[in-house]
Amino acid sequence: MTAEIIGTYAVAICLLVGAGFAMVGAIGLLKFNDSMTRLHAPTKVGTVGIGALLLASMIHSFTVGDGSLHELLIMSFLFVTAPISANFMAKVNIHRRACDTPPEPPQDDTWSTLNVPEADREMASPSVQSPKA
Amino acid sequence: MSFATQLMDIALIVTFVVIALAQAMSMIRLVMGPSTGDRILALDTMVVNAIGLIVLLGIAQGVRIYFEVSLIIAMLGFVSTVAYARFVLRGDIIE
Repeated sequence: MTAEIIGTYAVAICLLVGAGFAMVGAIGLLKFNDSMTRLHAPTKVGTVGIGALLLASMIHSFTVGDGSLHELLIMSFLFVTAPISANFMAKVNIHRRACDTPPEPPQDDTWSTLNVPEADREMASPSVQSPKA
Repeated sequence: MSFATQLMDIALIVTFVVIALAQAMSMIRLVMGPSTGDRILALDTMVVNAIGLIVLLGIAQGVRIYFEVSLIIAMLGFVSTVAYARFVLRGDIIE
């Protein structure tokens, strides 16, 4: 059993694992019944699935010829930016009141996530407006 | 053609089909999506799955030119997700 055969097996296993994770993420996106719950599946599981595919691509480049670790760049970029975009989408859900909103703050008017800027007050529907504006 | 190569070919085909199915399922959520957050999430998932499809194409064809493509799509996807979310949150992308 040479290193090439072991590498080919590793590529196949990484591909299947990545496909499974990506599928689980998509099923979660489709089947969960709440906006904040739906945020869980693709942002974590889907990212891990694509990370496994990138790992398979790296191992494949090592098995067929001169290897390269370039895919590490994409992998690290995806893993760093996925939580940031998930945080932004959670803020959008809170802002649009698609989920339970936090209780009123003790001192300020309202939370900044729920706040609507001055210029857009007329445009926003009454349910989106801040209470003491 | 050894057993390992056959297994990798089958795994490639299975992965192509599964990622394409995942793409179609996020498309369903993009059309259905009751709230704006769901639509942004579905678009973000579709971008991430598109990166996976391009990487798979690179493995299947055995060429290395798809690396830059997927890197640029990853950056573009993150920036567009943040821009869309900020537009909903603040009514403006750059204040």
